[in-house]
Amino acid sequence: MSAVDEPLAGGALGEPGPEGGGQTSAARLAAYVQGGGVIVPLLTVVLAFLAGGLVILVTGHNPISTYKAIFNGTGLNWLLPWTSSADRPAAALNLQQTLILTVPLILTGLAVAFAFRCGLFNIGGQGQYLMGSYAAVWAGSSFAGMAHFPHVIVAALAAAFVGALWAGIAGLLKATVGANEVISTIMLNYTAIYVGDYLFGLGGPLQNGAQRSVPVSNDIVPGAKLHVFWGDPELQGLHIGIFVALLALVVFWVVLNRSTTGYEVRAVGLNPEAARSSGMSVARNYLLVMAVCGFFAGLAGAMDVLGWQFRIATNDIDISQIGFYGIAVALLGRNTAVGTFFAALLFGGLLSGTSQRNLDPTIFEPELASNLTTIIQGLVVLFVSADVLVISILRSGRRLMPWRRSRS
Amino acid sequence: MSAAVATAERERTVTARHVGWGAIALGVVAWYLALPPILVRSFVPSVVLGVVVIGAGAWVLGRGETRLGWGAIAAGVIGAGGAVASTQSGVGHLQDVVTWSALFAAMLRFATPLLFGALGGIVSERSGVVNIGIEGMMLMGCYFGIYGADIGGSWVIGLLVAMVAGGVLALVHAAFSVTLRADQIVGGVAINLLAVGITGYLYVDHYGDQGTPDDVSRVPDVTLPLIKDIPFVGDAIGKTNLMTWLAILLAIGLAVFLFRTPQGLRLRSVGEHPRAAETVGLSVIRTRYLAVIASGVLAALGGAYLSIGFLGSFNQNLTAGRGYIALAVVICGRWRPGGALAFACLFGFSSAVAQRLPTFSDSGAVLFQALPYVLTIIVVAGVIGRSRPPAAIGQPYTRE
Repeated sequence: MSAVDEPLAGGALGEPGPEGGGQTSAARLAAYVQGGGVIVPLLTVVLAFLAGGLVILVTGHNPISTYKAIFNGTGLNWLLPWTSSADRPAAALNLQQTLILTVPLILTGLAVAFAFRCGLFNIGGQGQYLMGSYAAVWAGSSFAGMAHFPHVIVAALAAAFVGALWAGIAGLLKATVGANEVISTIMLNYTAIYVGDYLFGLGGPLQNGAQRSVPVSNDIVPGAKLHVFWGDPELQGLHIGIFVALLALVVFWVVLNRSTTGYEVRAVGLNPEAARSSGMSVARNYLLVMAVCGFFAGLAGAMDVLGWQFRIATNDIDISQIGFYGIAVALLGRNTAVGTFFAALLFGGLLSGTSQRNLDPTIFEPELASNLTTIIQGLVVLFVSADVLVISILRSGRRLMPWRRSRS
Repeated sequence: MSAAVATAERERTVTARHVGWGAIALGVVAWYLALPPILVRSFVPSVVLGVVVIGAGAWVLGRGETRLGWGAIAAGVIGAGGAVASTQSGVGHLQDVVTWSALFAAMLRFATPLLFGALGGIVSERSGVVNIGIEGMMLMGCYFGIYGADIGGSWVIGLLVAMVAGGVLALVHAAFSVTLRADQIVGGVAINLLAVGITGYLYVDHYGDQGTPDDVSRVPDVTLPLIKDIPFVGDAIGKTNLMTWLAILLAIGLAVFLFRTPQGLRLRSVGEHPRAAETVGLSVIRTRYLAVIASGVLAALGGAYLSIGFLGSFNQNLTAGRGYIALAVVICGRWRPGGALAFACLFGFSSAVAQRLPTFSDSGAVLFQALPYVLTIIVVAGVIGRSRPPAAIGQPYTRE
């Protein structure tokens, strides 16, 4: 990591007491996840896929052909040189789907990762994502006369700011009265769902004006749609949101590792007491970090609405899980920019590879496969929660796993 | 300070508390006046009462009873405001929505799964293990309850299978959070994801497009022979599901266990100060394992109530956030079974009202359902009294 990292990481090493010293769980995670390299996450994924394969096998299907079909469903075979030219067009369509899903996963992953680095556990990515998408659909379906570029910017920023405000509630409560952010963000998630059901439900203020019997929003106007640069816009081609997500990764890395703000954020994450005694405002950092997290998650909502959904139906609100997947993305990606990118790509691939549209139903039922995706994600998160232990053992100097010492 | 002064001080506080509770009750009465069956069609008496309540609340506040004082002021505002709103709406509408006995019966139906889940949460968290996974454990009970009832042909088998399934998932949580000392919140998130995946997978694999059978064995209602003929009470509790009674009995049982038995004291001491508990010879590890497994079993019962007690069917992700409301019940009820019972009923009542509110406004009814979540945010913010979790919660325990 960067040079700025050294004094902080060094300070954290001496700290962990036998019971984690009363730090928050998120703070412990933030301290641990900086070590361990790429081996532990890779092992985690392999283990999760093996366990998933076992589930497939036990329920009477062939795991190898199933995983092969899912892989083809992701469209990643497009990257393989030996894929035949007859398969290429279909693979390209699938890969576009995968990348479309990778966009919000990167952004909601960052929303969780950034909080972790400050010692906060943001379970509220889902609510922030939803609130952002509401704002995007409102801004995108209003101002019909606006020019394309400013309209997109206005809609995206509206979404990001609403997301930031929503997360800011939890941040403010944490900063002022010390309310547990895990609980408040969980509750804000469900509040956001009902806000959406209210806004776009029958008789709601933002419900579609032309179809009063359908609980759906207005469509966004063509001028607010993101440009599709790969594939057919009519068939959900890949929109430029992917560049926004990549840019967000860069911003995340720069702010965290190359700015005073980022230094403070990490200092507070590693040891709030030490940060306070060195003159940093812990409360200010909590509020700021939560707002930034909400900004990322709200932006994710905007990219989905402006990029390919174009409208919000209350049914979609109830089943949306993107923000929760963001937790898995951040944890697997070890709260780093690069890790978040690859974890988002993995889960984006899994989601699109097991979707109705991309998975070959003759080999494996898509309905089963989408649940398989959730199982694999659950296993990944479960194993990540335990690899925190692996690293903590490494760091506290117990030689339970001496072969790993050289790597960390 | 002399003993006499201290006694006087205590008496003053006691008086303030009595006034506070009385004011809250009056606030309820203020609204009640404008509702069926009394149906006062003028808002004047309610508003007068409301002002009195707010004044009393301010007085209580001045006596240092912040929580009760604000509670009374809120009760006055809500009571008077609700009464004004009620007098503005049509009598027909009001009578559609407010049928007390039916509302009470619906409240019990909605409160039952929340109470089971909350009791599970209390057991686990009192032992010092955070259990965000209540939602997932409920969902396991949901699916395996109906699966067991379907395969075994009896709801008894359904409940047993549900309890085992919830217990097994809880065992995973215990293994990771107690033995492996993994992060308990991350583990809970994983448990919830796993439960959605596992139950969804098995449901699609086993029942496919047809869904669960219609004729599956269901937990029976209990008909109380004499009580069912009493006018109001009969409609409210004369015919209530067996699981509802079980939940209430379990709440009482858990309260007795936690606060009146040595084992309960041990459980709580493990959650408050594990090191001290271990010093006096308790096994922290064993206690936490048992508590987490018990919490899974309890939560699964709540889930099973949803599938084979209430609905008679299963669908993917059927619990839909009820486990998180159960978590809210735990927090608002301050980790006490009695508090949980009260808040499960409050949230159940709000669901029961929300179910009938579309008479007035579809969209307003939707917003009303967010009440438990919003209330919990207010409670964790400490606006209406702080809710303090067990001291050692969330911290993995290492033996020296």
